[in-house]
Amino acid sequence: MDKFSVFSARLVEKDELFTSGHRACQGCAEALAVRLVMKALGRNTIVAMATGCMEIISSPLPTTAWQVPWIHVAFENSSAVISGCESGMKAMMRKGKLPAKKINFVAMGGDGATADIGMGQLSGAMERGHDMIYVCYDNEAYMNTGIQRSSATPWGASTTTSPAGKISKGQFTQKKDMPKIAIAHNIPYVATACPSFPFDLMEKVEKAAAIEGPAYLHILSVCPTGWRIPSEEAIKYGRLAVNTCVFPLYEYEYGKYNLTYRPHPILPVKEYIQGQGRFRHLTPEDIDSIQERTRTEYEKLLKLSEEG
Amino acid sequence: MAKERKGIEVSLAVAEAVGQADCDLISAYPITPQTHIVEHLSEMVANAHLDAEFVPVESEHSAMSVCCGAAAVGARTFTSTSSQGLALMAEIFFITSAMRLPVVMALANRSLSAPLSIWNDHTDTMMVRDGGWIHVFVENGQEAYDHVFWAFRVAEDPAVRLPVALNIDGFIMTHMIEPVDFEDDELIKRYVPEYRMEKRLDPDNPVSMGCFAMPEIYSETQMVRENALVESYATCIKAWDEWAALTGRQYHPVETYRADDAEYCIVTMGSLGETAMAAVDELREQGELVGVIKIRLWRPFPFDDLFKAVAGKDTLIVLDRAISFGGPGGPVALELRSALCNSPKAPVVVDYVAGLASRDVTVEDFKSIILGGKAKAAGGEIAGFTFYGLRG
Ligand SMILES: Cc1ncc(C[n+]2csc(CCOP(=O)(O)OP(=O)(O)O)c2C)c(N)n1
Ligand code: SF4
Ligand SMILES: [Mg+2]
Repeated sequence: MDKFSVFSARLVEKDELFTSGHRACQGCAEALAVRLVMKALGRNTIVAMATGCMEIISSPLPTTAWQVPWIHVAFENSSAVISGCESGMKAMMRKGKLPAKKINFVAMGGDGATADIGMGQLSGAMERGHDMIYVCYDNEAYMNTGIQRSSATPWGASTTTSPAGKISKGQFTQKKDMPKIAIAHNIPYVATACPSFPFDLMEKVEKAAAIEGPAYLHILSVCPTGWRIPSEEAIKYGRLAVNTCVFPLYEYEYGKYNLTYRPHPILPVKEYIQGQGRFRHLTPEDIDSIQERTRTEYEKLLKLSEEG
Repeated sequence: MAKERKGIEVSLAVAEAVGQADCDLISAYPITPQTHIVEHLSEMVANAHLDAEFVPVESEHSAMSVCCGAAAVGARTFTSTSSQGLALMAEIFFITSAMRLPVVMALANRSLSAPLSIWNDHTDTMMVRDGGWIHVFVENGQEAYDHVFWAFRVAEDPAVRLPVALNIDGFIMTHMIEPVDFEDDELIKRYVPEYRMEKRLDPDNPVSMGCFAMPEIYSETQMVRENALVESYATCIKAWDEWAALTGRQYHPVETYRADDAEYCIVTMGSLGETAMAAVDELREQGELVGVIKIRLWRPFPFDDLFKAVAGKDTLIVLDRAISFGGPGGPVALELRSALCNSPKAPVVVDYVAGLASRDVTVEDFKSIILGGKAKAAGGEIAGFTFYGLRG
């Protein structure tokens, strides 16, 4: 946060590497996250992207929103594809077939691509230690295919495959903790971010790019369409997710936890939950239980960051 | 490596050839009977005998995905698998050819589960027949070694840019020790020179690969794909001719043995061709006018070569090593029937399925298949297929 302040927004890269004209819904914060990530990465970047909203909206043949080399192969394998790009170029540079040069190798996927179908491939890529950045854009469901639940959908959210009903509260499992899974791979850098905090986000991307070896970024990306909120409120809900500690902003660097933003005051989760159509059916007691869980999870994180 | 004849396990000869071709990246996952190929490659990398990245992935799906990424940055890329591994990577197999990524794969052919079987037949490769790759079949160790270079040469040719599957019968070939004439590195370098992919992932010249297509453009993308595969035929031939000029070993899309004056022929693919030839020799002594037709190039399908080979024959007896369940026969017979159905005086096609999961097909078996097929043709029993040598 010291490098960027609210006053230095003008220092942000003006180059748009993820250009306008793509077909994301109005107010999509996932598209905003991609744009910010690309600003921080710069042109010396190769992107491998998973099937999902961001791939579909950015690449309808014969057009593209991408100003950097970009490849999409399938839904679950962006981490393996980028592994191949990185290793292939490494070999060719070593053998003098290509001039040596530092390139950011970046894989991207949604929460479904990351926490569900591509989990094994991501684990493999992190374990092998490729010099890559994996970015998960977490909008908490399979949005591209019509708002189905993923393992990153939070408890209580109504989706098209975890619908709230007479005997259902919606999603009945707790959100899978992807950043912790990444941390368990002992990689040098893991961070959470949210485009509602753009400078924090871009700084983390820059850090991830500078570090050698695998880095994992988990970006909460509000989806007005799937969360059933007005399209102009994506930024507001991102801020609320962070300020209620539902989605804390932290990083994990070479074994040390660091909270990069401490909300003060911490807002009640009710302010985040109410107003979102996907939680409309929840009772005050349900919201209390979310509040309780949010508090204990945040305390665990505080403790970890105090331990350093 | 200098020119030299070696007695070597075919898998190791394939791996050595990948090394001689100066491959940049190998990514694979172990599965019998392909394992010796990738074990030997990782050993070559570990001993700095080959300067390449060996990416030890956690599944075949990832192996093919890694290969896609590597081929997209312009690296010379190799993988190898069998059976269940191919089934797991099938999703990406189809995409590799659609994206025109020149990956070379040694496919050690093995049956598909269930029941689990590690043995050899062609059920795995037939599953991906329509995957848009160039498919070639080889018959012995020398052919396997030679075709590694041919595969890179064809795949990377700017006029082709398609992946190539080198089908090698599992165990029956991969695990045999055979005499192989190795060529010297200089000759190999001339045949498969360093290559530059003109449209690759490069920050200085950004391109988007693997875009999404609406119905208005999807069909056109498939037409381009079809044309590319059909037109790759010319390069396949050119690459064989160039190899023959360098080494004296000439290959053809369809090869024949004692077929010129034959009235009827047995048709095979892969390593059983040699057994078929022995059977034909014996039958010739008994006065049978029989020959062998071997299909080497499976995709793009060599229609004209086939028409030439079958001209004047009245019957083709096909030895299929896979089944199209619930359909009219094995895949090779189906292919021949449909390729020939519009030609005047098309030979009758009698289909046998045999040699599943490495069950022996001996010279005696071939003789009884050939004579049995001839009798069936005479009796008009030509529909469907016959399971040869079933128990009870
Ligand atoms: C193997 C496979 N299974 C299913 C699909 C269908 N599919 C495409 S995108 C998608 C969901 C994407 O969800 P997520 O990764 O969260 O990205 P989002 O669209 O939400 O950004 C699904 C299920 C597919 N393309 N491939
Ligand atoms: S569905 Fe959601 S994530 Fe997808 S483009 Fe629309 S707003 Fe963005
Ligand atoms: Mg999603």
